Amino acid sequence: MITEEVVDLSRLQFALTAMYHFLFVPLTIGLAFMLAIMESVYVMTGKQIYKDMTKFWGKLFGINFALGVTTGLTMEFQFGTNWSYYSHYVGDVFGAALAIEGLMAFFLESTFVGLFFFGWDRLSKVKHLMVTWLVALGSNFSALWILVANGWMQHPVGAEFNYETMRMEMTSFVDLVMNPVAQVKFVHTVSAGYVTAAIFVLSISAYFMLRGRDLAFARRSFAIASAFGLAASLSVILLGDESGYELGDVQKTKLAAIEAEWDTHPAPASFTLLGIPNSETMTTDYAIKIPYALGLIATRSTTEEVKGIKDLIEEHEIRIRNGMKAYELLQTLRSGQTDEFTRAEFDRYKQDLGYGLLLKRYTEKVIDATDAQIQQAARDTIPPVGPLFWAFRIMVAAGFWMLLLFAVCFYYTAKRTAWHKPWLLKAALFTLPVPWIASEAGWFVAEFGRQPWAVGEILPTFTAVSVLTANQILSSLILFLVFYTVLAIIEIYLMQRFIRIGPSSLHTGRYHFEQAGSTSSSTRVRA
Amino acid sequence: MIFDYETLKLAWWILIGVLLIGFAITDGFDMGACALLPLVAKTDDERRVVINTMAPHWDGNQVWFITAGGALFAAWPLVYAAAFSGLYWAMMLVLFALFLRPVGFDYRSKMDDPRWRNAWDWALVVGGAVPALVFGIAFGNLLLGVPFQYDELLRPSYHGSFFSLLNPFALLCGIISLTMLALHGATWIQMRTQDKVEERARYLAKRLAVLLVATFAIAGIWLAWSIEGYMIISLPETGGSANPLLKEAIKASGAWLHNYAVQPATLIAPIMAFVGAIAAGIFSHVRYTGLGFISSATAVTGVILTAGFSMFPFVMPSSLVPSHSLTLWDAASSAGTLMVMTWAAIIFVPIILGYTFWCYRAMWQKIGVRFIKENPHSLY
Repeated sequence: MITEEVVDLSRLQFALTAMYHFLFVPLTIGLAFMLAIMESVYVMTGKQIYKDMTKFWGKLFGINFALGVTTGLTMEFQFGTNWSYYSHYVGDVFGAALAIEGLMAFFLESTFVGLFFFGWDRLSKVKHLMVTWLVALGSNFSALWILVANGWMQHPVGAEFNYETMRMEMTSFVDLVMNPVAQVKFVHTVSAGYVTAAIFVLSISAYFMLRGRDLAFARRSFAIASAFGLAASLSVILLGDESGYELGDVQKTKLAAIEAEWDTHPAPASFTLLGIPNSETMTTDYAIKIPYALGLIATRSTTEEVKGIKDLIEEHEIRIRNGMKAYELLQTLRSGQTDEFTRAEFDRYKQDLGYGLLLKRYTEKVIDATDAQIQQAARDTIPPVGPLFWAFRIMVAAGFWMLLLFAVCFYYTAKRTAWHKPWLLKAALFTLPVPWIASEAGWFVAEFGRQPWAVGEILPTFTAVSVLTANQILSSLILFLVFYTVLAIIEIYLMQRFIRIGPSSLHTGRYHFEQAGSTSSSTRVRA
Repeated sequence: MIFDYETLKLAWWILIGVLLIGFAITDGFDMGACALLPLVAKTDDERRVVINTMAPHWDGNQVWFITAGGALFAAWPLVYAAAFSGLYWAMMLVLFALFLRPVGFDYRSKMDDPRWRNAWDWALVVGGAVPALVFGIAFGNLLLGVPFQYDELLRPSYHGSFFSLLNPFALLCGIISLTMLALHGATWIQMRTQDKVEERARYLAKRLAVLLVATFAIAGIWLAWSIEGYMIISLPETGGSANPLLKEAIKASGAWLHNYAVQPATLIAPIMAFVGAIAAGIFSHVRYTGLGFISSATAVTGVILTAGFSMFPFVMPSSLVPSHSLTLWDAASSAGTLMVMTWAAIIFVPIILGYTFWCYRAMWQKIGVRFIKENPHSLY
């Protein structure tokens, strides 16, 4: 029996495990790339310090990577355990992207990552460099395929419903891969990963410099991070995935919610910088608006309008009524009456079948829905505006803050004075959590903003869950919480420990705590 | 190259088998070796010897498991949906146990404290033994049939409890699976280590080989004498749409032996299991460690194929409504998706095998305590 409680708990468990997984993913994606860059410099110049940099940042990469792998296991199997109807309904499309991710990306990344850590003495310089690049390539490929999968949930293309098998079936693999929503998401997400890694290296290097330790090591790391980060943060912002918001109904709805765009205004729409969205009255109080900006950002034109929430609800109500017809025809077809007329009628309405399924929340039979239930379902098609409005603004503010920081760091690094500016180093240090806040806020916008759909216009989240009891999910959810909390504590403990020791943890004899006169005994540890 | 739908369905039964066997052979020795960790290695240095034989490879090996999951999702979405939601707690148990491995491998050596290291040793033991056991229990339940059914919109629901999975036959299958992977782990340790650790692994390998032969034979006799299999009475066209509600199937005693009678060539599977296990014991005894490892890999392959051949074309029979059982003909994806996946497999599997061999070759050496002592900071 599917209840609201089962659905809410399933969503909570998925949100928790996915957001937790994504604490580790962006750092892996970005840092793998930075390690490859550092090692390339080592191989080209032959300077030992770049090898040390690769190894030290690689050690931190490893601590992070282990939890990325651990929490990734959940993601591969949770669709089946907790979203079994989803798995049945869209596995033909979504599963393919996941399987190819395994074949093309995970194998590459994970097979070579072992050699990155343990192959230093057993591989030639060039071969080891090749291994590092393959790890970076593998982690970026995995981002590609998971975003092809996620992009399809936002904007499902290249697939069609088959009433005989009761599921979506792939009609074009090329359309699936070339889905424009997936493409912009990929660029946006990997760039965000590069930004995360750049802030990580920048911030920890700033810490070493503020402590006056291992300066040559820290300055070089800081320089690479500020240049790499500047390029990456420009890419995140300029190639932000706003351009994907005009594709498909769900994306349009999400955009309207993000902008608290209650009414459709004549083009070009203005951008609400700040304000307090009020879902009751469907107005935004105290709004500060920038004329034309939204029209330009969202539609890349001055003539196309951005549709408002009130109009979207009206459109959706019509589609829900069509969806009821589609559902009725589907039942006729499933009962064995598959004459040409019924099939033709079904084909006419089937693009709205998903809207019909929205009524399952209120009536199991769908076709007996009352007007009140239909109106309620239509209102459900708009995700809560307030959280989306704010999460989006938090992400954007974080993005611009990091761009500014990278620009200033890059400028002073080029002038070779960055390390003499404690205010700058402190700013870099305290920015450490910001990329994670931005990533999580961004994913919140993408996924919470997709509600009430699991797959846009196709499959409501409510319908997608497994037949489980609330108690089963509640107990697994608690176990996840306990496990993940313990793992997080261990990870953060190890991270800060190795950061404090710094490159001395490599035991090369060249770094701060290994020099004669070094006082701290607590840090003389084996690592 | 265009294959018809029927051929594609059959091809994916084989390919899922290949992925499962690939998983059991690669990740299987990791799990087995971890499960045996306290038995083969007593001191910290010895444990590091064992762990470092796997250090560069465990993560790549684990991807066989992840990809098998992904391929199941893509090629048999109905099985992925029904099995993982139905066997919810079994799956959660596997997941939570597997969580202990990446952190166990990676974090253990990061601190010197013996309590820290001991704790991670036990994490590795659980991470190795529990999944090995649960996979066997799951396979045992597949042979018995799982209590699930479909509603008219093809939503699967499970009508048993977690504890009903722990029946005697399934537990025996769990023991077979654990024994088989432990044997495989033992031949791996024996091949890659020296001195005391190698000797202990050899001692265990010989005994585990005997245990595997015995338990596998008992399960075979049990299956033949008193386990009801499943049989298809009427089957719609095998090249048609994948809809598990169109066929008729029943429970029938001896049905799981039917394929061996019709196609005697399939007897190669149980023969591989027995011969592989016996050869693993003998080669361990005479210290041909490479052949020992190949033999245990053969035994692993034989055991998995035996389960597959017995059930063919069933994949997940329903004990509740046998006609709702999932078979390779009606649990598959659409022809288009299977075609794309076939191409992906044709392109990537050889590449994966190629670089996996390259990586193993690059890191190949016998590891002993001396090697650990010479490299105190660069190893696990």
